[in-house]
Amino acid sequence: MARSKNRNPPEISTGSMADIAFLLLIFFLVTTTIASNKGIQNLLPPKQDPNQPPPEIKLNERNIFNILVNANDQLLVEGEYMDNTDNLSNQIKEFLLNFGNPDEDAVALYNSLPPSLKGMAKRDPASSDHPMVGGAVVSIKTNRGTSYEKYLEVLDQVKRAYFEIYAERVGLTADQYRALTGKTPAEKELMDRGKEGIPLAISIAEPDKIGGN
Amino acid sequence: MGKFSKKTETSQNIPTSALPDIIFMLLFFFMVTTVLREQDILVEQKLPQATQLQKLEKKTLISYLFLGKPKNTALYGVEPRIQANDVLINTKDIILWVNQEKDKLSEAERDQITISLKADREVKMGPISDVQFELREADARKILYASTNKIQ
Repeated sequence: MARSKNRNPPEISTGSMADIAFLLLIFFLVTTTIASNKGIQNLLPPKQDPNQPPPEIKLNERNIFNILVNANDQLLVEGEYMDNTDNLSNQIKEFLLNFGNPDEDAVALYNSLPPSLKGMAKRDPASSDHPMVGGAVVSIKTNRGTSYEKYLEVLDQVKRAYFEIYAERVGLTADQYRALTGKTPAEKELMDRGKEGIPLAISIAEPDKIGGN
Repeated sequence: MGKFSKKTETSQNIPTSALPDIIFMLLFFFMVTTVLREQDILVEQKLPQATQLQKLEKKTLISYLFLGKPKNTALYGVEPRIQANDVLINTKDIILWVNQEKDKLSEAERDQITISLKADREVKMGPISDVQFELREADARKILYASTNKIQ
């Protein structure tokens, strides 16, 4: 009889297993911070040589899209006061795709655009010549007292205009285009095809010394 | 009547034997994704919101700079300060810090360093542009304005 008792393997009660796991789970839930590396990318201009003044680049006034943000976070876009940034990206898109005075390369670029973007070209002589190098530039100027939040909101809208143009060219939505990483050759090809001929020309001027410290 | 009373006698127990497995799965997920914070953030961090976010793939190339009003205002004052690693630094120390961060990377990757600027939304453009000027001097020109997704 004693033998038959030994034959049964001792059972470990697993009832509290869930509780132990729960405890660990709660610990990791509390300590976890899912690191997000998301944000708006920007490339700063190269550093200035104090002995060499920056080269004077001649740009026509019509090729510059001026955005001013003052210390009270008020917007002045192309000389006109603006309440909010809702319509800003559309204005920038129209400015970039104006093709007021295109040269040969720019005409070729224009012909390569999809019809939806071609339709935005108003050919207004008072607006930008073409979106290629030496053409349209978007300029953002702030005061030292401008809030970072407003600055980022404006930069966000400028980026949005560019990404929407790029995405339209390759037949994606802007969200899909932004999610491209360029890891695979196919993705890289899409990215390059979107950007080709339309460089991201955002000029961020040194802030004025007004309203800051 | 008899029929109904018989049916109610069936057991109402939900099998819980798979519960530990489910919990373990969740546990493993959080264990894998968790990053134990190695540093205390000494400044306020309410990141601004934006829509056109892009994700950086290579984490090793990213160095973080935190900007904001110090949490401990009695000790550090109310003006926005810069935090790198564990300490608050001055604007002119940024070049030194960037060079230290660059030394951690292999030689081929050194010029690809990206500075993630985690600035509080209350900060003004003055301190931001000072930081950017120093980063230009230190030749770390790729920056990322860290922000959270705005729901449209």
